[in-house]
Formats: sequence, C-alpha cells, structure tokens
Amino acid sequence: MSLSSLNLPVVAPVITLSLTGFVIVGVSLIWSKVSRHVFLLLSLLGLGLSFWFTTSLWNSNTIAFGGMVVADNYALFFNFIFLISAALSMLLSQGEHEQGHLLNAEYFALMLFATVGMVLMAAGSNLLVLFLGLETLSISLYVLAGIKRTEPKSLEAAFKYFLLGAFSSAFLLYGIAFIYGVTGSLSLRYISNFISSAPLASQPLLLLGGLLVVAGLGFKVVMFPFHMWAPDVYEGAATPVTAFMATGSKAAAFAALLRVLHSLFDGASTDWMVILSVLAVLTMFVGNLAAIAQANVKRMLAYSSVAHAGYVLIGLIAWSDAGTAGVLFYLLVYMFMTVGAFAVLSFLSSRQSEFVMLDDFRGLAFRKPAVALAMAVFMFSLAGLPPTAGFVGKFYLFSAAVKAGHTPLVVFAVVNSVISLYYYLGVVVMMFMRKTLRTLSIPPTVPLIACALLVAVLASCALGLFPSYLMDTIEHFAVHLL
Amino acid sequence: MMNFPVLTTIIMLPLVFSGVLLFVKNEQGIKLVGLIGSLLVFFLSLPLYFLFEPVSSMQFVEHTIWIPAIGANYQLGIDGISLFMILLTTFLTPIVVLSSWNSVSRNIKGYMISMLILETGILGVFAALDLFLFYVFWEVVLIPMYFIIGIWGGERRIYAAIKFIIYTIFGSLLMLVAILFIYFYHGGLTGNYTFDILRLQQIYIPLGYQTWLFLAFGLSFAIKIPMFPFHTWLPDAHVEAPTGGSVILAGVLLKMGTYGFLRFCLPFFPHAVVQFVPLMLTLGVVGIIYGALVAMVQPDMKKLVAYSSVSHLGFVVVGIFALNTEGIQGGLIQMVNHGLSTGALFLIVGMIYERRQTRLIADFGGLAKQLPVFTVFFMIVTLSSIGLPGLNGFVGEYLILLGAFLSQKTFAVFAALGVILAAVYMLLMFQRVMFGKLENKENARLKDLSAREISLLLPIVALIIVIGVYPNFILSKMEPTVNSLIEKVQIQRENMALVEAVAGVSHLDER
Repeated sequence: MSLSSLNLPVVAPVITLSLTGFVIVGVSLIWSKVSRHVFLLLSLLGLGLSFWFTTSLWNSNTIAFGGMVVADNYALFFNFIFLISAALSMLLSQGEHEQGHLLNAEYFALMLFATVGMVLMAAGSNLLVLFLGLETLSISLYVLAGIKRTEPKSLEAAFKYFLLGAFSSAFLLYGIAFIYGVTGSLSLRYISNFISSAPLASQPLLLLGGLLVVAGLGFKVVMFPFHMWAPDVYEGAATPVTAFMATGSKAAAFAALLRVLHSLFDGASTDWMVILSVLAVLTMFVGNLAAIAQANVKRMLAYSSVAHAGYVLIGLIAWSDAGTAGVLFYLLVYMFMTVGAFAVLSFLSSRQSEFVMLDDFRGLAFRKPAVALAMAVFMFSLAGLPPTAGFVGKFYLFSAAVKAGHTPLVVFAVVNSVISLYYYLGVVVMMFMRKTLRTLSIPPTVPLIACALLVAVLASCALGLFPSYLMDTIEHFAVHLL
Repeated sequence: MMNFPVLTTIIMLPLVFSGVLLFVKNEQGIKLVGLIGSLLVFFLSLPLYFLFEPVSSMQFVEHTIWIPAIGANYQLGIDGISLFMILLTTFLTPIVVLSSWNSVSRNIKGYMISMLILETGILGVFAALDLFLFYVFWEVVLIPMYFIIGIWGGERRIYAAIKFIIYTIFGSLLMLVAILFIYFYHGGLTGNYTFDILRLQQIYIPLGYQTWLFLAFGLSFAIKIPMFPFHTWLPDAHVEAPTGGSVILAGVLLKMGTYGFLRFCLPFFPHAVVQFVPLMLTLGVVGIIYGALVAMVQPDMKKLVAYSSVSHLGFVVVGIFALNTEGIQGGLIQMVNHGLSTGALFLIVGMIYERRQTRLIADFGGLAKQLPVFTVFFMIVTLSSIGLPGLNGFVGEYLILLGAFLSQKTFAVFAALGVILAAVYMLLMFQRVMFGKLENKENARLKDLSAREISLLLPIVALIIVIGVYPNFILSKMEPTVNSLIEKVQIQRENMALVEAVAGVSHLDER
C-alpha cells in the first residue's frame, strides 16, 4: 500500500492532535520550567488546527486506510463536539483549585490523546479502529481520572474506572470477535452487506455479538446497568476531566454505537427495539431517581448524565434519519450545558476547598449574580425548559420517537423530565431562594473560565432560540450514515 | 398601518424594557422604567381593540419562518377570544408593577425584570398561532412566575414555588407529547408537516385518538385553571406569592387554561369534547361548590380569595362546556371579570396586609369607619365578585347559567348554587372585616388609601361598572368568533359522523 493510497489528509485532524500531544510532552521534558500558559496555548492551537482540518474536510465524504477510516459529515460533526468539549475543558483547568494539584503537561497531553481516541471512534468504519479508538480514549482517561494524585478520592476514581473500563473493553472485544466469527470481516460496510443478504434472526451468534458491543459501549455512554462507575468517578476526578468525560466520551461512545448498530441492523428489528427500550426507560428512571438524593452536585450531574443517556437512547430507538439527527443535535447541546455546569464549579472552587456541595450554592445569587444566572440557564436547559437549547434537543429526540410510533416511550421520558426538574430546580432554589449559611470563599475571577462559561451560556440560549441552521445542516447528512 | 407588526411590538416590548432594567442602578429609576414600560405596552395594545373588526377570522396576523426543519413558524394573530385576554394582560401589568412599588423591598430590579418577562410570555401564549411557538411561550411563563413566588413570596414560598412548577410542567409535558402526535398525524395525512394551529384544525382525527389527545391537552389545562381535583397547588401558590404575583396569577395566568380549552380542545377534538361534556360539567360544578364551601371556612383572607378563584373558574368551565353561544360568551366574559375582580381583591388584601402584616379575618373588624375610601372600593369589588346586577360579574354568570340551562338543566341548577354560596362567603368576609366595632386597637391607627393605591383600584372598578352596564362593547367583538367556533365544532362533529358512517358501511360491505 503506497502512502498516497492511505489518503493521509483524511486523518489530518487526528495527526494534528497526536503531534501536538507529543510536542507538549517533549517540551515539558526539555524545559522543566515552562509556564502552564504555554501548554494551554499549544493545546488550543492543536485543537484549532484540528478544527480547521475538520472544517476543510466537510462534505468531502472520503475514506482513508483502505476504508478503515471515513471522513463523512457524521464523523466530522462529532469531531466538532469532541474538539469544543476538549477546548472548554482545558479552559476549566485554569481554575485556582485545579492548579493546586494538576500536572499541566501531562494533563494537556492526555486530553489531546483522549480526543484522538474519540475522533477515531467516530470515524472508524472498521471494528478494529473502533476498538483502538476506545482504548486510546480509555487509557488516557484512566490516568486523567487519577490526576489529582494526592487525593485518595481521585485515586479511587481512577482505579474504579480502570477496573470497570477494562471489563467493558473485554466485552466489546468479545462482541467484535463474535461478529467477526459470523461474518468473516471487521469492516462495517462488509458486515452490513452480509447482514442484508442473511437476516439477523438466523444468526444468534451475531445477535450475541451485537449485544456485547452494546454492553461494551454502554459503559462509556453510562447506560443502565453499566452506569455504576459514573458517580464515584465523576466525583473523584478533577472537574475539568469530569466535564470532558461526561460530554466527549459519552458522545464518542454514542457515535460508535450508532454506526455499529446501523451496520448490524438493516431495518428496524423489533427484538432489538424492545431490549433497547427497556434499557432506555430503566436508564432514565435510575438516573433521575438517584440524582434526587444527591447532596454533591458532581454526583448529581453524574446521575443526570445517566438520565440523559436514556433520553439520547430514545432517539436511537426511533431508528430513523430524524432520530439520528436528534441524537447528534442533543449530544452537541448536552455538551454545552454540561460543560457549562462544571465550569461553574471550577469557577467557584478555591485553592483550599472544592465548591461542589448543594449547600455551597446557598444564596449564590446574592454573592455572584451573573454566575448564578448562568448556572440557572444550564439547569433549565438540562431540565429541558424552553427557550433553552435543552428543550429543542429533547423536542427533537421525542418528536422522532413519536413519529416512529414510540409514543409510550416518550410518555416515560416526559415523566422523567418532570422528575429531573425537581433536582435541577433544587440548585436554582439554593442559589436564588435560600440565604447563605457558611461562606466558602470564592476565588477571584479567572478570565479563561469566564470565557468558557460565556460560550456555554450563549450556546445554550442561541441553540434554543435559533436552532434552524444547525438542524438543517444535520438533517442533510444524517440521511446517509454508512 | 396593517403592515406594522403590532403584536410583535407589544409582546417584545416588555422584554426590551427588562433588558433596559439591567442597566438601571437606582431603585426609583427601576420602578419608573418598569411602570413606563408596562404602560407603554398597554397604550400600544389599546388600538387593537378599536382596529379589531368584529369578524371571526384571525387579525393582525404575522408570519415569519422560524425553524423550517420542523415546520415551526413565528406566527401570531388574534381573534375575538384572544383579543380580550391580551388587553386584560396589558391592563393588569402596569397595575401590578405599581402595586409592588412599596411592598417589594428586596431586589426590586429582579422583581421588575421577572414581571416584564412574564408579561412577554403571557402575551405570547395568547397571540401564538403556531403550536410550537405556543408551547414555548406556555413554558416560558413558568420560569419568571416560579422566581416571583420563590424569591419574593411568604414563609413557605419555596414549597409553593416548586409545587407550582412541578404540577404545571407535568401537565404541559403530556400536552407536548399530544402536540407531537397531532403534528405527525396531520403531517402523515396531508404531507405538510406544520404546527400551524389553523391548519391542524382542518383534519379529522379518529375518535380513539381524540379521546387520548383531549385527555393530554385537557389535563394540562385543567391543572392550569385549576379545576377540581387538580387545584391543590393554587392555594399554596396564591398565599405565598407576593401581592403582584397573586394578581397576575389569578388575573391572567389561570386564564391560560380556559383559553387553552377554547383554542385547542374545542376545535381540535370536537368529538371527544362532546364525549367529555358530562365529566367536564361535573368537575366544573364540583369545583364551584367545593371552592365556595372551602372558601367559607378560611380564616385567611388571601386563602379565601384563592379558593373563590377555584369556584369562579368552575363557572367558566361550565360555560365553555355548555357548548352554545351564551355559555361560551359568558365563559369568556367571566374570564375577564374574574381577572378584574379577583385581581382587585388580591390588591385589596395586599393593601391591608401592608398596613397590618396580617391577613386573618379575625384580626379585623370595623374598618369601615377608619377607611372610608377603601371601604367603597372593597364593597364594589365584593359585589362584583358575587355577581350583583349592574356590575360585571352578573353578566358573566347570567350568560353562563343561561347557556348551561339551555344544554344541561341539572348542571345549571347546581351551578346556580355557587352564586348563593359566593354571596355567603364574600359578604361574611366583608362584614367581619369592615363592619362591627373597631375592637382591635391596632386597627385604629390604619391610614386610608394613598393616591397611588386609589390609582390602582380606580381603573379596575371603572371597568367593573362599565362591563356591568354595557357588556356589549366586549360581547359584540367576540360574538363572531364564538359563533364560528361553535359552528366549527358542529361541522367537525357532522363530518366525523359522516366519516364514521362511511367507514361503518364499508365495514358492512366487507362482511
């Protein structure tokens, strides 16, 4: 295979990210006293370049490495989600609290490598590439989860994440093996052709393989019953890492899940729909009911992340172009509002104490009205109240499901939205309607985090009021998934 | 003139002013900007009445493409039903703003901003002709109201605010599912995926679906009104809300529910409506009597007024589901009346509360001598609430009872009981508070109404009398709309019967 047939420009976003990561590691090895701002700048530069390459590949629909990697708009759209999520999470790391323990060079390099994994997961049209992407992502995240080396909670998080993550990788690999065994190929295109000629029902091993893949990716999307790790890991990991994990890695897993399922199931198969529907309903209920009881906002957001995985699954179950479009739209929106919520935590955490308990939010509106307002926007958006982006996202998902005839499922989702309202409003109540009891000192404003907050707020509002352009864009390419 | 987007202007103006408020620093300035903004909206909305032609079609229509991907448009327009709801809103908002002049002590800026955003939301609900847009406004209303109750409310304000928002959202989210269902049903049938309310009305939805859709929409509206047995959030919200919040809640927010029945349930699901008439009338009548009985035993004036709302809105429901011109016209005019008289009652209770920091009936007595001006206003409003001929309440209740009598005699008889009971609880309260000996010494020091307070009540009382003497200035504008609504229901029902008859015949053929 010659170099030109590899079609390297297609993987330019990945190459840029990897090179930037290596440069950062190299720089930190040679000059030990480099300011953290250099690393941040380098990383953002890398992300920006990657963003630019992604934009230039838009609408090109090319393949590389003999069809193992594709650059269709679907993958490129996910790239945008990953890159923005990574950039915002990096800005969060500049907070006072994080700077107390973060190893800057390692942090930025690992974030970039994790992004590489995500991009590969979305772009992989071969199960092996998908697995490689997942591993690159996971291993980087295992280390990132434990990057607060001095805190036992962070170490616990890293260890838990690693153990369960290893299991999930094994599941995925096992599933891939079954699929390979039946079809004789790892290429999704080939598998898809194979299945359209031989119906799935006659291949129980293929079904088993599919289920194992769903389980493996289910860990990463935090779907019931594979969600157990999320609260502990979200709580223990440093806030910027959590933000990245909650948004980027969830989106990456959904990207892979959608692609694999679309190649495994040509038409809508009812057995699958039933299994996924039950899982979606349980995911929503478990997430939302558990979130009510949380006193720690990071844990609450972890359970809310479980619940949102359930909502997104509904779009997947709709099994239509509209459903896919809904999933893409929602994951983007979810990224903005969740990173925003974590940004508020980073913004308010001082060197000595992390601002994470629900009680810390008491009376915040009187101390920091703008930040409280921003947090309220994120909470309303997560709860899905208009005119925020969260509402349009949910509307999009639910409408696809109603169109596909899954109205009862949507009723469940709607009931869950009401439940979720209770704990999201709990934060708003604390901020606006309760008096401050003990005052955690709030650190001076870090402009970079304020920037991240502003971006997230603007996106959460703008995508709610004027979603049209984005929707049109998504609907154009959501039609041709493979 | 016709091309001027007058509806957008009056809807968005409060929002603009709330933006302006962000930059106003001193307290007096904030109050003034809020007042000027809401007054400006009111004066801009006045021409709507005069330019509105008494025909049934939608007027002042505006249409802008919004989200073409899902067929949602920014589409506004008003007919005889929404016209008066909009006027009521723009009329009450400046009064509410002015009434909060002294009673809101903390964070007046946030309060005014919430109030103005609330006005935008409410006006949007009444003017939206696109179901998606309607839903967005419908929910946007909740957020400022939630803050108004939760931040500026009484002791149990947080409980009340959360109860309010959870109850209403539960209903509205089910409505969202129903909206989606209609959207796709209409789209599947015609190939035109749209949220246009007028177009969605033109299809026949099979009876089986209609029943479910009616229930989903109906539950949402029933919670909002609130109808018995979904009313439990109302007393909490009313008692805890600040005076201004109560006035706007009772005055216009509750009307969003009855408005919803008229705008959506009747034309969309005529068959299901007929099916549910007995149930709705029963709930309406139970609400009338239950609300009145509970009001009778309330020691707290504000709670009494809150429960009287349940009773009065029961009348509106009975009127709407009488399904004839008299009933619906009565219902509509009663919606306006209730907004005026209950709004005024909440203001009056608020004025007493500001003076004495208590609302318990037992703490008062003999105020009439001490506060003569106040007594006059209170008297007129009380009588209006009871439905004394010559005042507005009479017109509404009379028409409703007439309509109910024409369609369902038994219900009319029971509903009429509500009029008597209203006289009992309202007059008892009035008597205990105003007459008798002035025993409590604290009451001897109370001051009569200030000029500001008179200017709050005077316009309301004037309208109460005008509507009572010459209701035709409202009725004439709404009549064509009401008639065409009833006609639409009839035609839909006949068509439906026809469709089903044809289906039945073809079914027989198959056999």
